[in-house]
Amino acid sequence: MPVIKDGQLVEDDWTFMPDSVPLDEVSRPVISLARWQGESRALRVRNLRLGLRLPNDADPAAVGAELHRFALIELEFPTFRDGRAYSQARLLRERHGYLGELRAVGAIGRDQYFFLDRCGFDSVTVAGDEAELARALEGWFEAMAEISVPMQPASDRRPPASSLRERRRAAAGAS
Amino acid sequence: MARRLSGDLDEDRFKPLRLMNGVYLQLHAYMLRVAIPYGTLDSREMCRLARIARVYDRGYGHFTTRQNIQFNWPKLAEVPDILADLAEVEMHAIQTSGNCIRNVTADHFAGAAADEVEDPRIHAEVIRQWSTLHPEFSFLPRKFKIAVTGAARDRAAINVHDIGLQMLRNEAGEPGFRVVVGGGLGRTPIVGPTIREFLPKAELLSYLEAILRVYNRLGRRDNPFKARIKILVASVGGDVFAAMVEEEWQALRGGSLDLPEEEVARIAAYFASPPFEALPAQDTGFEAMRFEDRDFARWCRTNLHAHKQQGYAILSISLKPVGGVPGDATAEQMEAVADLAERYGQDEIRVSHEQNLVLPHIRLRDVHAVWQGLVAAGLGAANIGLVSDIISCPGLDYCNLANARSIPVAQRIATRFADLDRQHDIGELKLKISGCINACGHHHVGHIGILGVDKKGSEFYQITLGGSAGEDASLGDIVGPAFSYDDVVDAVETLVETYVGLREKGERFLDAYRRLGPAPFKEALYAGH
Repeated sequence: MPVIKDGQLVEDDWTFMPDSVPLDEVSRPVISLARWQGESRALRVRNLRLGLRLPNDADPAAVGAELHRFALIELEFPTFRDGRAYSQARLLRERHGYLGELRAVGAIGRDQYFFLDRCGFDSVTVAGDEAELARALEGWFEAMAEISVPMQPASDRRPPASSLRERRRAAAGAS
Repeated sequence: MARRLSGDLDEDRFKPLRLMNGVYLQLHAYMLRVAIPYGTLDSREMCRLARIARVYDRGYGHFTTRQNIQFNWPKLAEVPDILADLAEVEMHAIQTSGNCIRNVTADHFAGAAADEVEDPRIHAEVIRQWSTLHPEFSFLPRKFKIAVTGAARDRAAINVHDIGLQMLRNEAGEPGFRVVVGGGLGRTPIVGPTIREFLPKAELLSYLEAILRVYNRLGRRDNPFKARIKILVASVGGDVFAAMVEEEWQALRGGSLDLPEEEVARIAAYFASPPFEALPAQDTGFEAMRFEDRDFARWCRTNLHAHKQQGYAILSISLKPVGGVPGDATAEQMEAVADLAERYGQDEIRVSHEQNLVLPHIRLRDVHAVWQGLVAAGLGAANIGLVSDIISCPGLDYCNLANARSIPVAQRIATRFADLDRQHDIGELKLKISGCINACGHHHVGHIGILGVDKKGSEFYQITLGGSAGEDASLGDIVGPAFSYDDVVDAVETLVETYVGLREKGERFLDAYRRLGPAPFKEALYAGH
């Protein structure tokens, strides 16, 4: 399944591996939290490049300082109404300082893209035929352009309206 | 809309989007709910609502218990035109429905009440801005409603909201908030616990973000009837929930959510008091009219309220005429109110959660002229706070959730008590009617509450007594078996007559019920059966 990342459709080079399947078969395996918790010692010894899929009721603090071992963390959207992963993403970015790739997987559409971007996601999975993928990418650009100034701080670098006003006041005061 | 009409979006995926933009699918048609933040309007906005009612609807709109307005008959294809018309006066329908932070409500006497610490709309606006398109909290387990009051007298029903905020001062005299969380009505009515006695004003948003984050992560999503924050708070207990919020807040506080003082001052400037004239406390012309005109005097008794500024009054406009639909106003009535507000009322209008309108700043000497204008527009009902000032949900006539009709019951009760002298003699009595257990008519907190239920295909009405949405919030007690559609008005009259017979001097219905308990009322209702 391809992903939208940095404004481009790219082929996904990560593969989610069910717990029973050996990890040797792919170059970039994504494992479950349960697998990491059960086999972390063995996995650490093997020095693999790993991705982690966090169930959306998990507290990122459960992985703790080991979060930085993962080059990718996938957060789940079982339905697009289920918004728990937005909180997980902000906690990963803002509280745990996670700097790797954050990916949204599951039921996601164009109307979630802006919120995902603001909460610190880097990539989202997309599905469908070529035309649908093209529409999704177009939707991604539309979503990014729709709101010029957000009203609250989040995990992105967009300054909220209040801080833009503050800067303007500071500039006026300095001149 | 284009994607929905072209078939690119199916109804299932369109639904949460249309809901987040205020478009509901009702029994007969789509319904559009327009946000009126903290119930504050000016004449230009009111005239635009009137225009929308006339052009896109059937000439009227319905003011709601959330201080919003609903249009019941828009065509789906015209909704974008309506939204464009609203945008011209900086209005919209965003977050008036859906599982997000809804339009924030506040005391409808804000900025005019004599008893407030600070105008609650300043921080209601701070919250509105923060919650608008919040990236983390737009897909909550369930809808989320916040109410703010600036005074100890609670006119915003803060104890029955997801979050209720009451402004107060601490011992050092600094302003802040008491925070109530997990109150609500619906099928599980709860008076919310206070989870923080004093929150410094400057830290409001980080504390709210902590509450919302705990709820977003831990609120139930398996059953929509168990998904409100009140269920989470009740299941872990107020103290434990407070501790969870505290832990999250300690990690969050002190960050960029704290608004700089200049920013709060900038927002506060929008709510600065209008320029009041220095006037005497009494106005001889006003007193003379009250003496001469009995109808005017009677209207003044219920529809005028004390203003913080000497020589001014707060004026309530009842949207509950006998036989009318509670909360409905025609386009012409909206325009009449807009005109009066512009001419006499500093261009300010409020919508109350009791589904009435308010002109918050009227000079005493202009009250009679305003009253005449209201009477001419069919808005002269002198019944604020009386038995016919009924809160009612739309009921089975409009709503696809309802089990029973609500509006006709409200109309029949109002007609039964149409004699205004009798209503004034009965005094303050809050009667609230819901057509199903979702409790949109707030029946749990009515002094008399009426709940429509379906019994084997017939409409029945269960009566509760002793509820209150004020600072003395309580949930009503079920008085006994339900009454049929034909009998429920008699039952209400029996309750009122029982109260009149037993009351002490100056005692309101609610006070009498609290003193006497349910026994005499039950006896009167069911003795013959």
